[in-house]
Amino acid sequence: MKILLMGNPNVGKSVLFSRLTGTRTIASNYPGTTVGFTKGTLKLEQEQVEIIDVPGTYTLEPTSKAEEVAAKMLKEGDLVIDVVDATNLERNLNLTLQLLERPVPVIVALNMWDDTHHRGININVAKLEEFLGVPVVPTVGVTGEGIRDLVNRIPEATTPKTTYSSNDERWIKIGDIIDQVQSLSHRHHTWRDVLEDVSNHPVGGAILALLVLAATFFVIRFIGEGIINYVTDPLFNWLWTPLLMKLSLALGSQGFWNDILIGKLINGEIDYLQSFGLLSTGIYIPLAVVLPYITAFYFVLGILEDVGYLPRLAVLMDTLLHRVGLHGYAIIPSILGFGCNVPAIMATRILESRRERFIAATLISIAIPCAALQAMIIGLVGQQGMQYVAIVYGSLLASWVIVGLILNYAVKGFSPELIMEIPPYRFPPWRVIGEKLWLRVSGFIKEALPIVLGAVLVVNILYMLNVFDFIANITAPILTGLLGLPKETVVALAIGFLRKDVAVGMLAPLGLTAKQLVISTTFLAMVFPCVATFVILARELGARDMLKAAGIMIAAALIVGGLQNLVL
Amino acid sequence: MSQKIQLTLGQMAAGQTGTVIQILGGRGLAQRLEAIGIRAGKKITKISSMLFRGPVTLRVDQTQAAIGFGMANKILVEIDTST
Repeated sequence: MKILLMGNPNVGKSVLFSRLTGTRTIASNYPGTTVGFTKGTLKLEQEQVEIIDVPGTYTLEPTSKAEEVAAKMLKEGDLVIDVVDATNLERNLNLTLQLLERPVPVIVALNMWDDTHHRGININVAKLEEFLGVPVVPTVGVTGEGIRDLVNRIPEATTPKTTYSSNDERWIKIGDIIDQVQSLSHRHHTWRDVLEDVSNHPVGGAILALLVLAATFFVIRFIGEGIINYVTDPLFNWLWTPLLMKLSLALGSQGFWNDILIGKLINGEIDYLQSFGLLSTGIYIPLAVVLPYITAFYFVLGILEDVGYLPRLAVLMDTLLHRVGLHGYAIIPSILGFGCNVPAIMATRILESRRERFIAATLISIAIPCAALQAMIIGLVGQQGMQYVAIVYGSLLASWVIVGLILNYAVKGFSPELIMEIPPYRFPPWRVIGEKLWLRVSGFIKEALPIVLGAVLVVNILYMLNVFDFIANITAPILTGLLGLPKETVVALAIGFLRKDVAVGMLAPLGLTAKQLVISTTFLAMVFPCVATFVILARELGARDMLKAAGIMIAAALIVGGLQNLVL
Repeated sequence: MSQKIQLTLGQMAAGQTGTVIQILGGRGLAQRLEAIGIRAGKKITKISSMLFRGPVTLRVDQTQAAIGFGMANKILVEIDTST
């Protein structure tokens, strides 16, 4: 049996989903052509049923790709839990009534029930149930209130199969229901409202955005460096290094296994950025360089997401983003890209047109470095001075603007206008933020660690086979002539296709100058996405557009790298 | 009797409230606006508009939303004038 969780965007479906499927479920993105939904299982009367978290939709007549997925999914479901935002009953009922017209049993979860009290909204649940002809259960996703009730009443879900001849008729019916079911009482202006008013004001909003941005940078650095200085570096230096040294000694400090596992010893010591063994650099890069910053980034992102700040940023950035052929909402996938480009490019689905998705995905791939790459850039280039890190970021920002302007001019079609709901500010419990952080961080470890280890292994084997000398000699003219980089860097640049963090790590032993580091890391960030992003790009854009995007990336990277070589 | 003033949402001042009279656009636009709760007969309050013909934020029922400047000029509103 397949149960679909459906509802308007941002009504708490995903929170309800994790409540229903419990902590033991690993919610994962489902691969295939109809990606974008998450599934898990629930035990219902001794039977394992599948629960699917469908992307939010306002209507069953889809207007965006995410809504298309939702409409398509409906055909495969055996039962629908329609999640309704109780504080927005009228608008939410539109989808509910559309669902009731379909030949699938429905049960309604009246979510965010607790919020109705704060907002002075009174809903007569029994009466609503009578009107709809299906069970209606008040729930509070974040606390778990009403969830058991919801599960118990799933078998009562029915198919009233009412039909409405037109949208207007449906709205009239909704008006009737609202009149008889809901009453509003006066509520006081709270400080939440004040904060919302400030964010909506054009000047106040801009000042708030700058404050949020500054706080974001500060908190990410504070947490990231804190974890490195007080947790991971001590662990590696005091526990892991002595262990590895013993192992190295046992292996005779040289030879095949020593080189693969421990790597080259630098002055008889392990250098975690240069040794390049599986157990040294292969473990150190993902766990001690990247993980601290990933944790810090996703902690801050999780708060911004759950509080509801990002849509407000989208409104603020709308005018600017129209210049590059996008609208404000594109800021959300772009910000996700600073964590990892893979979910970012998947998130471009919230954009309406193919043209916007192409522009957004290309810009993200070119100019938005993921957290893993950033951590390495800050670690390695930062050793030469933060001004060099600033040059890398400045070059990326300039590329984003210029490539965006060109794409807006060159790609056919027009950009639709912004239209979006702005959720109220909410302050979720820390537990919810913690769980989300854990999901993302553990996801990173599970997905990235094997690829990093694989990349390090490949590097070692190719070195032993002397394949790199061959490649290096062929590509030498471009690298040295255009970019001013020694020919050995080609190896790192090629490995960038597997993992960019490992690639930057490979630059460490080459003894590059600050200028060469700036050029090579900027080039790495721009030229080509890593293999995971590449696969997602191909899936989301199609092979042809993906090749186009890749061509743009390579051209842009060569031009920017060449310019940096001339100017710096 | 109160005076009847009709403005588009784009022309309204921040803080003004009125009743949506008509959506001056195609069916596609009407549908998308309807999805976030904007349709003829609804009370609508303009909250603010961003500079340089940026998006307009508004409130309908319990929902806050933002729509592009062009769309805002296609929503015809009869302003509430307190007498």
